[in-house]
Amino acid sequence: MVKGLKELLSLRKWFLLLFTFVIVQFLVQINVINDYLQATIATICINIILAVSLNLITGFTGQFSLGHAGFMSIGAYTCAIILLRVPSTGGFLAGLLSGAVLAALVGFLVGLPTLRLRGDYLAIATLGMSEIIRIIFLNLEITNGAAGLSGIPRFTNWFYLFVFMAGTILLISNFLRSSHGRACISVREDEIAAEAMGINATRYKVTAFTIGAFCAGIAGALYAGYFYFLKPSTFGFLKSIDILVIVVLGGMGSLSGSVLAAILLALISTFLQDFPDLRMVLYSLMLIIIMIFRPQGLMGSKELSLKMLTGLGRNLLPSRKGGE
Amino acid sequence: MLEINNINVHFGVIHALKDVSLTVNEGEIVTLLGANGAGKTTTLRTASGLKKPTDGNILLNGKDITQTSAQERVKMGISHVPEGRRVFPAMTVLENLELGAYLRRDRAEINKDLKMVYDRFPILYDRKKQSAGTLSGGEQQMLAIGRALMSRPKILFLDEPSMGLAPLLVQEIFSIIKDINETGTTILLVEQNASMALQIAHRAYVLETGSIVLSGTGSELMQSEDIRKAYLGG
Ligand SMILES: Nc1ncnc2c1ncn2[C@@H]1O[C@H](COP(=O)(O)OP(=O)(O)OP(=O)(O)O)[C@@H](O)[C@H]1O
Ligand SMILES: [Mg+2]
Repeated sequence: MVKGLKELLSLRKWFLLLFTFVIVQFLVQINVINDYLQATIATICINIILAVSLNLITGFTGQFSLGHAGFMSIGAYTCAIILLRVPSTGGFLAGLLSGAVLAALVGFLVGLPTLRLRGDYLAIATLGMSEIIRIIFLNLEITNGAAGLSGIPRFTNWFYLFVFMAGTILLISNFLRSSHGRACISVREDEIAAEAMGINATRYKVTAFTIGAFCAGIAGALYAGYFYFLKPSTFGFLKSIDILVIVVLGGMGSLSGSVLAAILLALISTFLQDFPDLRMVLYSLMLIIIMIFRPQGLMGSKELSLKMLTGLGRNLLPSRKGGE
Repeated sequence: MLEINNINVHFGVIHALKDVSLTVNEGEIVTLLGANGAGKTTTLRTASGLKKPTDGNILLNGKDITQTSAQERVKMGISHVPEGRRVFPAMTVLENLELGAYLRRDRAEINKDLKMVYDRFPILYDRKKQSAGTLSGGEQQMLAIGRALMSRPKILFLDEPSMGLAPLLVQEIFSIIKDINETGTTILLVEQNASMALQIAHRAYVLETGSIVLSGTGSELMQSEDIRKAYLGG
């Protein structure tokens, strides 16, 4: 009985996903959504992939990483280089896949030695790694140095954005719901105790790091396939911070928090387009205000659920409250 | 059951354990006493695989496990309640207990052991949905012990279970330890509370700056002049 209900709920989740997809697809088709809005949607989807995957590493497994932009750039450059030579859907998908795999490989190789470090040391090591990647791209011929790559054909569309975003969320939420996810959280909670329970902490840290890098690679490839143009400075330190801000704002350890925060921040920055002079000041101010009132992030470590929404509805409707 | 032979452990230049040897026979409670910094925790961590010795060897039921990983040792029946409890604070009591059985796949048996732990510690049953970080110190110690029991250990390492507990609770914890031992689990107990530990232990070792300086049965050590002076307050 309970199981049937659960299946129905997860079915509802699929319907919700499909529904969102069809609506946006329809709006794009009938040109209600203009180019600017489309670019915002692309940014949101890419940021959701980045934030959700960084949340796996930092929020759930407790490994403070400042290298996400580095993994993203590997995916972006790999996909762009392939797309420029094979400008077809096949080339795009091959580029996306190889970008993600390459990012995962680098994540794995970097993770093995650095994940022994803790806290701020790890943050500095990952930061260093992502700077090294950037400097490599700055000096390689195939990436065209500081000038970057331009004229990358656009193959990223709403369909791919949606599929890979939903895919990332499903992959990571399923991983977290498995016993592996529990193990990752226990490593965050207390590494020594986790080891004493027979949990191989290093293995889970490296696994989380590798999955996170893989997804960041996908995000990078989608970026390359959308914005025509890549240069190393796009993937600097500040990009990693941007992603971290989304994760912290949404709540460390809440996937739905990351999704909400990515959307919210995109909306805020769209809205602030009208005040170009004050834009960064207002943006930072809003972040500070949000963090003062919700230091644990919008969602804390909870996930958005139907129960929570109905609970919220009940609190907002005074008439019902009186009936209690 | 557990045999530690001449292990040496270093932390950089610090020589924390010097030729330490000790034996725990099946069914025993063996206690390891010593002052702060003597190397008690290091001995347990080395025996459970969290720290590698520079030399010497460790046998479990006659099998050399010196190079075996901590994970494998849990599977082989070693369970370790670390110093300072170390429960997973943001997880519920139930989630903590389930993680104790992390390496097991026998769902039905796990549920049986869960019931066994709840029977032993009814307070944990009442608190099962509460996050572990909000438990009192004594409750956290019970949770740490319960969690360690969830791997169904043959030998249980306890690192200062009475630390920071009120006298009445110390009594209770020690009687629980005795009870766990009587239901078939061998125990290696590290304690600062020598008088309590010697009362329940079959045998004891005394560690002083990294070396074993004394060993004997619980009652022998309780009579010993040196021990009375150093640990029992006269
Ligand atoms: N991770 C470490 N790094 C460096 N030195 C360490 C480390 N762990 C322990 N030591 C040193 O090894 C020695 C033994 O420490 P250990 O923790 O085993 O003592 P203990 O007997 O458990 O003391 P206590 O009763 O205070 O818990 C101490 O001198 C300590 O400083
Ligand atoms: Mg100690």
